[in-house]
Amino acid sequence: MRPPVILKTTTSLLDSSSSSPPCDRRLNTLARHFLPQMASHDSISASPTSASDSVFNHLVRAPEDPILGVTVAYNKDPSPVKLNLGVGAYRTEEGKPLVLNVVRRVEQQLINDVSRNKEYIPIVGLADFNKLSAKLIFGADSPAIQDNRVTTVQCLSGTGSLRVGGEFLAKHYHQRTIYLPTPTWGNHPKVFNLAGLSVKTYRYYAPATRGLDFQGLLEDLGSAPSGSIVLLHACAHNPTGVDPTLEQWEQIRQLIRSKALLPFFDSAYQGFASGSLDADAQPVRLFVADGGELLVAQSYAKNLGLYGERVGALSIVCKSADVASRVESQLKLVIRPMYSSPPIHGASIVAAILKDRNLFNDWTIELKAMADRIISMRQELFDALCSRGTPGDWSHIIKQIGMFTFTGLNAEQVSFMTKEFHIYMTSDGRISMAGLSSKTVPLLADAIHAAVTRVV
Amino acid sequence: MAIRNSLTGQFLRRSSVAGARLMSSSSSWFRSIEPAPKDPILGVTEAFLADQSPNKVNVGVGAYRDDHGKPVVLECVREAERRVAGSQFMEYLPMGGSIKMIEESLKLAFGDNSEFIKDKRIAAVQALSGTGACRLFAAFQQRFHPNTQIYIPVPTWANHHNIWRDAGVPMKTFRYYHPESRGLDFSGLMDDIKNAPDGSFFLLHACAHNPTGVDPSEEQWREISSQIKAKGHFPFFDMAYQGFASGDPERDAKAIKIFLEDGHLIGLAQSYAKNMGLYGQRAGSLSVLCEDEKQAVAVKSQLQLIARPMYSNPPLHGALIVSTVLGDPDLKKLWLKEVKVMADRIIGMRTTLRENLEKKGSTLPWQHITNQIGMFCYSGLTPEQVDRMTNEFHIYMTRNGRISMAGLNTGNVGYVADAIHEVTKSF
Repeated sequence: MRPPVILKTTTSLLDSSSSSPPCDRRLNTLARHFLPQMASHDSISASPTSASDSVFNHLVRAPEDPILGVTVAYNKDPSPVKLNLGVGAYRTEEGKPLVLNVVRRVEQQLINDVSRNKEYIPIVGLADFNKLSAKLIFGADSPAIQDNRVTTVQCLSGTGSLRVGGEFLAKHYHQRTIYLPTPTWGNHPKVFNLAGLSVKTYRYYAPATRGLDFQGLLEDLGSAPSGSIVLLHACAHNPTGVDPTLEQWEQIRQLIRSKALLPFFDSAYQGFASGSLDADAQPVRLFVADGGELLVAQSYAKNLGLYGERVGALSIVCKSADVASRVESQLKLVIRPMYSSPPIHGASIVAAILKDRNLFNDWTIELKAMADRIISMRQELFDALCSRGTPGDWSHIIKQIGMFTFTGLNAEQVSFMTKEFHIYMTSDGRISMAGLSSKTVPLLADAIHAAVTRVV
Repeated sequence: MAIRNSLTGQFLRRSSVAGARLMSSSSSWFRSIEPAPKDPILGVTEAFLADQSPNKVNVGVGAYRDDHGKPVVLECVREAERRVAGSQFMEYLPMGGSIKMIEESLKLAFGDNSEFIKDKRIAAVQALSGTGACRLFAAFQQRFHPNTQIYIPVPTWANHHNIWRDAGVPMKTFRYYHPESRGLDFSGLMDDIKNAPDGSFFLLHACAHNPTGVDPSEEQWREISSQIKAKGHFPFFDMAYQGFASGDPERDAKAIKIFLEDGHLIGLAQSYAKNMGLYGQRAGSLSVLCEDEKQAVAVKSQLQLIARPMYSNPPLHGALIVSTVLGDPDLKKLWLKEVKVMADRIIGMRTTLRENLEKKGSTLPWQHITNQIGMFCYSGLTPEQVDRMTNEFHIYMTRNGRISMAGLNTGNVGYVADAIHEVTKSF
């Protein structure tokens, strides 16, 4: 959405000595940009130092990112017992960022290897990384891989993968509508709108049960036009934490295939959700197994803790190897004018880990530890609320999956918790379980109890 | 267009079939996609790799090579990596990127004591090397000046057209290279600046123009700046070779300094691919000089809003290397020394190539080889001559006659000169 144009005017007297042909032409240039708004203003200064002289004067400041705003407010709070539950990254029991041991070891190996250089990698990324990423999400025995029906390109984490996939579909797919669940990650609509797709929604979360609105989901997708693109969170739905069961996934798959909809999976939490890479990939594999086509965006930000290295992959499963080859050639033409080729460092780390059996095993151990810690936080929070006799059904806390929990708290309750208990979360009641520890669970439980008993 | 029409036909035909048949094995959402055209530069390297000749030479390569034809990792980069390894978290950078890297990048481009930096008038974000910076700016131009055009020099780096086209900005061209003299078409360039509608955006290569190697002189830059100012155009600089062009980063940023002294607001794309050898790490920055701090804050916030739905935030590792090298006095000194070595080697190859050609008795004028600047030389060879170079001598370059000087070394420059002489001498 383009911000409204605001034209500032000055009431100072026109200084004729500052007028000059170049300045007049410059003002004419600016005036052409403001023509629709000119009528509402009395005058415009001719001074070359006036702000209205600038090509950027009509910009307004962009809105603050709401999630970032939570962290900014948290950082400003002087209280020693403050708690940041807005953060979108994993934290240890001590509240610190975590670099996995396996990542440290590989990074050291790469740096010690003087035979490695920093050359451009192909537009589609590192070949090893792409092959191994496809194996990770589809399974080593996947028939789609064995038939060469998969094309995988390295992208800038999950966001970059979604954006490349979105631009590719806008260019080459016959339908330009993508259905997003309600709610979904805040960046999804922006990614796809700017990619050239139009965004519609389907029901997903049921506030009344704090679970899945399965019937609403089936109805909405059932009435989507044939060929529409459907965005699906593979696991650990963001922001609600609500996932379909496998039985529900099977029904979703049948509906999507029978209606000839195109599934686009966002898999940002494989392994991080349940602790099992294979279990978390099951919904995607269900779709691949039926031989149909689909897209998957993968991220290694959470499951390998490579947040800032920006490692991700976009895979497109096609009907034949020939189609997959043509798809890849066109994907290159989407990527090259965006950033030419992807960054080498993070992908090298991932490829080394996925390639080496011992490193891979070490990774799965550390990955499970992260997932287990989050699962135990959910249980501890649930237990703490029960022991306080907090009103309401809080079982959704242990049913929801992944980093985020949609608590069901309303904006007033959230605001109360921030003011009275210095607990920071987004106003929709989403909390990041990663920000909790055994030491801070009681504080949060106290705050929730106070909020639901004192703020309606 | 043909692709989309074909897709429409496919869909219309498919929609008339019963639903159950939509999932037949012959049906595919992507079947009507045609293979994309082959990348010409990539094709040159592929053909080179497939050639069995022991004499083969690749002068199509777009990256620096040492005198043995090997890729180079600078020692200052190795040392920076040793320092950052194990000592950094891998957290997300802000949407605008590494603050430290941006600070050092601005100082490199605008000067350590720049008033613009002190006055906080520059909106700057980290970008995915030079390409990412150009793309961010193109999207910014499309969003905030949708009725303007980008003027692109003839010729220019091929990806420039893709970048602005994909961003949705209409493109026009301005004259730049003069084939007859193998230099700058200065009068054509000035005429095109004069004739462009007021307030147009002009893409300018700050130094070491790609693919021609032809740069304006300082006097010519002053006149270009003056004419752009007179028309109220906006200059956007693509500076991919600062330091790498002449060996002196300050000299290579001279054009920018001239424009700043003339009071322009400018846009600037910086890349650390060539001058720091960070090719695959994708380190770069985009900066926009604004009227004041308030405006810079607004511009930066909008640039971040463009980056977020593209990749959320930029990659960490390359930014750590750049900020460590430029932020440490000893490493920066080492970097300056190493970048000069690279620039000097290329300048040396230009001189040697020209000398060899003249020694061979070639009567053609070759001074453009030494007049041109940077990695690339627009040799003036015709496509037919290029084909002969490839077929008879196993020397690989793009058909526009562009030679990457980085692909030349003391071991092969004589051979290449012989070949050029052979295909250009009259019978």
